[in-house]
Amino acid sequence: MRLVILEDYDLASEWAAKYIRNCIIQFRPGPQKYFTLGLPTGSTPLGCYKKLIEYHKSGDISFKYVKTFNMDEYVGLPRDHPESYHSYMWNNFFKHIDIDPANAHILNGNAVNLQAECEAFEKSIAEAGGIELFVGGIGPDGHIAFNEPGSSLVSRTRVKTLAKDTIVANARFFGNDLSKVPTMALTVGVGTVMDAKEVLILITGAHKAFALYKAIEEGVNHMWTVSAFQQHPRTIFVCDEDATLELRVKTVKYFKGLMHVHNRLVDPVHSMKNYKN
Amino acid sequence: MCFCRVSRTAVCLCTAAPGDPCKCNSEQVCRGFQGTMPSNRSVSEAPITQFVNCRILKDHRLQREDLWVREGKILNPEKLFFDEEGFADTQVDCQDRIIAPGFIDVQINGGYGIDFSQATDDVKGGVALVAKKILAHGVTSFCPTLVTSPAHIYHKVLPEISVHDGGIEGAGVVGVHLEGPFISLEKKGAHPEQYLRSFQNGGTRDLLDTYGHLDNVGIVTLAPELPNSREVIRELVQRGITVSLGHSVANLSQAEEAVQEGATFITHLFNAMLPFHHRDPGIVGLLTSDRVPPRRTVYYGMIADGIHTNPAALRIAHRAHPAGLVLVTDAITAMGLPPGRHTLGQQVIEIDGLNAYVAGTKTLSGSIATMDMCVRHFRQASGCTVESALEAASLHPAQLLGLSHQKGTLDYGTDADFVLLDDALNVRSTYIAGEQVWEK
Repeated sequence: MRLVILEDYDLASEWAAKYIRNCIIQFRPGPQKYFTLGLPTGSTPLGCYKKLIEYHKSGDISFKYVKTFNMDEYVGLPRDHPESYHSYMWNNFFKHIDIDPANAHILNGNAVNLQAECEAFEKSIAEAGGIELFVGGIGPDGHIAFNEPGSSLVSRTRVKTLAKDTIVANARFFGNDLSKVPTMALTVGVGTVMDAKEVLILITGAHKAFALYKAIEEGVNHMWTVSAFQQHPRTIFVCDEDATLELRVKTVKYFKGLMHVHNRLVDPVHSMKNYKN
Repeated sequence: MCFCRVSRTAVCLCTAAPGDPCKCNSEQVCRGFQGTMPSNRSVSEAPITQFVNCRILKDHRLQREDLWVREGKILNPEKLFFDEEGFADTQVDCQDRIIAPGFIDVQINGGYGIDFSQATDDVKGGVALVAKKILAHGVTSFCPTLVTSPAHIYHKVLPEISVHDGGIEGAGVVGVHLEGPFISLEKKGAHPEQYLRSFQNGGTRDLLDTYGHLDNVGIVTLAPELPNSREVIRELVQRGITVSLGHSVANLSQAEEAVQEGATFITHLFNAMLPFHHRDPGIVGLLTSDRVPPRRTVYYGMIADGIHTNPAALRIAHRAHPAGLVLVTDAITAMGLPPGRHTLGQQVIEIDGLNAYVAGTKTLSGSIATMDMCVRHFRQASGCTVESALEAASLHPAQLLGLSHQKGTLDYGTDADFVLLDDALNVRSTYIAGEQVWEK
């Protein structure tokens, strides 16, 4: 794995955004060749989305030939509810860029047949040629997407019941009324993300430090599902200093020492202005 | 059955089972019938316009958001994106301007030489001329106002004015405002004394005798201290007509009773009513009265032309009851015309700068300020936010008339009547039903 450590949240967000930008531009997407991107929600990726929007507005990147697949969505929450992940993606990303609406895939938590919805989603990913780059985050309990502790490390897209911790943590978005928080969600499986050619996990903040430690310094364990990525050939963890607080000094020093190598991935940062599509 | 992204219909024409390839297009996968099909989803071929690089007045705040319009209404872009997988056909760069709902003037007596209270041969043409001219002031809907007149004038003029939508020809008429003749003698202002009337035949009878019929009437201003006024107010409210108190010497009790019967507006606050007195605030006291029925708002018109109301008085009213403030022009024939003598109803008035007097007196007879001037003056005099100033000219009049589900806001599904303004609140362009109808 690559462990890229930046000083603070803003720098980590920017590094990740530059990396994603370079991945897309260097892929040279076109009408016959779409770049498939897996996307997360939550507070961690907000800075990264803002940066990507900035790059789009300055004309350096277009999402016209990008297909996106979101990780998850609540079950039973109206699609236009302000806390649904559809609303999140619209407000924080889609409405600011030029992606074709038909290429923005988000699981439908109101489908009559949830199982069929999940299977159809897996099929869409396969038909799109698989995911080039899956961007994700990590929960305080080490979960990726809604793959709560105990989820199979080879799981596929399915319905999950949320852990009590997650429901309580989410209550703040629902007026602190536990009865209003969704209890189930549709989520891509650990296996689904593992199928991606490349995985980028964004981890910022001290409250995520223990999960990061469990994910990369302990063994592969279904109680900390992000640890599955130790077995993925191309994973990058992008984090800020605070997220490294539970790691060994030796680990941190090693990877900080590699920053000059890591930075070659984002420097130079490419622009679509230079390429005639 | 599936939701087909190719045919873009709710129920696919093919008979594929969920999960199988959709037979419309074998590249698509049948996503399964989506039970919660949004019933108001409309797949329309009509062109969609996206106004970008602007700040829009939404949820009482200026927000940096795009404005989407289709078929004359404000469109919800999120629904468009997810339900229809649609996008804009045209983008309009607003050059960082402010987009506000179109202004609504509920008290305007004429302008550009036209006097709505005169029974000319071409009443329709007169209304249309003013309607066209006021687009430049950001007004997209208005209430042509008739001052106290003899019955034959109403009988001749009213049938010629109808409620209709605005467009490239001019602002829309949302109802006629009948200011008088059932008003107080002492507070007649510029209204002709000889045509004042009372409810001597019981009330409703007097209304119909005087006005003829009430078909296109939006507002009636009357003095509630007149005997039998309560029955009249009830009758008008029942017919969906807004009742306004004005040109009156009513005390606070009388005013409160009128509000309880259904009156919801005060015509040009402070003018043509008893002044505020600390032991009997009169009509002005309605702004802070505790006898207003719950969930009812009493609105009040203010002529913010810098002349009809001292800025300090404007501030007192605004601070006491900001949600009820409705900017009106009370513009007269001479608005838009050069200085000199002009007619208003059955009287002659004289223009002197921004002042308009009853000829030979110092009685104000209406203003010649335009709506956008009023918005700017109100903002500057009261120190209120840009949002408050704009809402006083759009949202509040719409709420007063019970039209806020259609006009006065930029909410999804409402009429796309709006104005583009610069930061100094000068009107740069006006749109009705999504079409540009005026540009500076």
